[in-house]
Amino acid sequence: MSQSEEPIIKCVNVNKWYGNFHALKDVSMEVRKGEVIVIFGPSGSGKSTFIRCINRLEEHQKGDIIVDGIELSHDVRNIEKVRMETGMVFQQFNLFPHLTVMQNVTLAPIQVRKWDKAKAEEVAKQLLHRVGIPEQAHKFPGQLSGGQQQRVAIARALAMQPKIMLFDEPTSALDPEMIKEVLDVMIELAKSGMTMLVVTHEMGFARAVANRMFFFDKGQIVESGTPQDIFKAPREDRTKLFLSQILSH
Amino acid sequence: MTEITSSLPPLSERPGALGWMRRNLFSTWGNSLLTLLSAAFLVWAIGGLLAWMFSAAEWGVVLVNMRLIMVGQFPVALVWRIWVAMYFLAFLIGNTVGLRMEKTTRKGLSVGLLFSPLVFALFSFSIEARLAIAGLSLIALAGWWLGSRWPKAFRRPVLIGWIIYFPIFMLLVRGTSGKGSPMEIVGSNLWGGLLLTFMLTVVGIVFSFPLGIFLALGRRSQLPVVRWFSVGYIELVRGVPLITILFMAQLMLPLFLPQGVTIDRVIRAMVGITLFSAAYLAENVRGGLQAIPKGQFEAAHALGLSGFQSMFYIILPQALRLVIPILVGQFIALFKDTSLVAIVGLFDLLGIAKTVLAQPEFLGLQREVYAFISLIYWVLSYAMSYFSQRLEVALGVGER
Repeated sequence: MSQSEEPIIKCVNVNKWYGNFHALKDVSMEVRKGEVIVIFGPSGSGKSTFIRCINRLEEHQKGDIIVDGIELSHDVRNIEKVRMETGMVFQQFNLFPHLTVMQNVTLAPIQVRKWDKAKAEEVAKQLLHRVGIPEQAHKFPGQLSGGQQQRVAIARALAMQPKIMLFDEPTSALDPEMIKEVLDVMIELAKSGMTMLVVTHEMGFARAVANRMFFFDKGQIVESGTPQDIFKAPREDRTKLFLSQILSH
Repeated sequence: MTEITSSLPPLSERPGALGWMRRNLFSTWGNSLLTLLSAAFLVWAIGGLLAWMFSAAEWGVVLVNMRLIMVGQFPVALVWRIWVAMYFLAFLIGNTVGLRMEKTTRKGLSVGLLFSPLVFALFSFSIEARLAIAGLSLIALAGWWLGSRWPKAFRRPVLIGWIIYFPIFMLLVRGTSGKGSPMEIVGSNLWGGLLLTFMLTVVGIVFSFPLGIFLALGRRSQLPVVRWFSVGYIELVRGVPLITILFMAQLMLPLFLPQGVTIDRVIRAMVGITLFSAAYLAENVRGGLQAIPKGQFEAAHALGLSGFQSMFYIILPQALRLVIPILVGQFIALFKDTSLVAIVGLFDLLGIAKTVLAQPEFLGLQREVYAFISLIYWVLSYAMSYFSQRLEVALGVGER
């Protein structure tokens, strides 16, 4: 992992309000190419809002977000460029229920990247193989288990060949026995050198592959560091309390 | 059967008509009483109707005026063009049924429907007319056979056939060239009866559908001008009865047009119906759009799809699927509402019925004529309803 050049994501003093509610307060973060970042914190702490700002599903009102050298502003072309370079995986999968698995994965490459169908399907087959469900290509999402659906969602995001992958609580809606199959895919992806921002409470995942961790609370970054720092010697009391709560059982 | 326990189940659980009756009609003495009372009521109520249908009614009036009821004043020499359009339709229907054969649950019923024109051939028409009607069944069966024999080869052509059917139908009815040629133009003042009703309905559906979708999208647009235009249009049109719009189109529009400019009366009715239907359709489609979870928009946007692409590939297909039952209900209502044009002086199915009854020799035969056109309305409405159920099954609505 080269960690020298310009950061691929650069956030400077990002602020966001929902009405009077101050959801993000001066959040700054730099992510280098190939880094795996885990973001955790209590619900309502702004962690999902933050990663949704990175591909402009949410609009920040103050501060700068620069993704792969493109500044996110009101310019629609910039937003579309950033979205082409960032894949996103949602808590609720959000697969397109009226399309088959194959169509889910190939739609964006064909329509946005303008690949021909044969190429898109070839890539899709490889990706479905990579996430471990090569035989489900012609089923509809409703016919798959939650874990399989989430793996299709990962394949769908990867099909656009993004430089960055955003994961918004990818395992929170899954039954316990399906969490592992999704985490395995994410660990493999992390080891292949993908830049990843992951909002999750899966501390095992964080320990295994995260380069750095950020603890969010009340719209702010309270603490950040390597997994060793955070797990062995958290500096802030709030971090200690939160970790003790989620690791206690 | 080796075990004693596998002997026949009790009578009430046995399959077949007797078991069914025992289970559903005579399970308790109270139910038996209700069954008998209902049966007596039905005999009393329907018996009178049946007796009238088969003995008192003079169906001659319908048979004599059949051509008028079907096509109005359409020139006799050119009626073959309408037959061609019907044969094309019969082929498409037969072919589609054949293609879907392996997915159809009630195969006998679907194929049986193709024979339904033969029933009409039993009536006392001229021999040519009977042959022409029987031809419908023949062509439908030919289409069915081809479709079920080579489903792969016909899948695409039949789809194209359905898409080009509407323009071809319009061309055949209206014609293309001057007097004397086989494709002589037939003015819309000569269209009448079921033909006119059909034209008004089909034009209304085909044009109000896209218009309604645009209005629905417009109402959700972020551009204030587009949004306010859509809202204004929808609310204005929904606040006015269809009959008022038709009167406006027929009686008031000519007052505003410059001297010498006239717009065909049928076209005016078509425009009125289309504009009216579009406003309702827009609201139905909007209901479907609102039912799509926000996550679908987000997923589409996160993949880099543009607003138009998200709408076209992700949101609209799902929204329209959701509202198929509502849309078909609206189209059935539109089909029946076209009868209002009779009030503004067009000779659709209802208008023709009124003119037939105005002739001295058919005085007093209202019941026969109105019963017959009611039957036509019912058969076609039910066909639309049945088609929508098949469409829902084919598109897998409700099973994702």
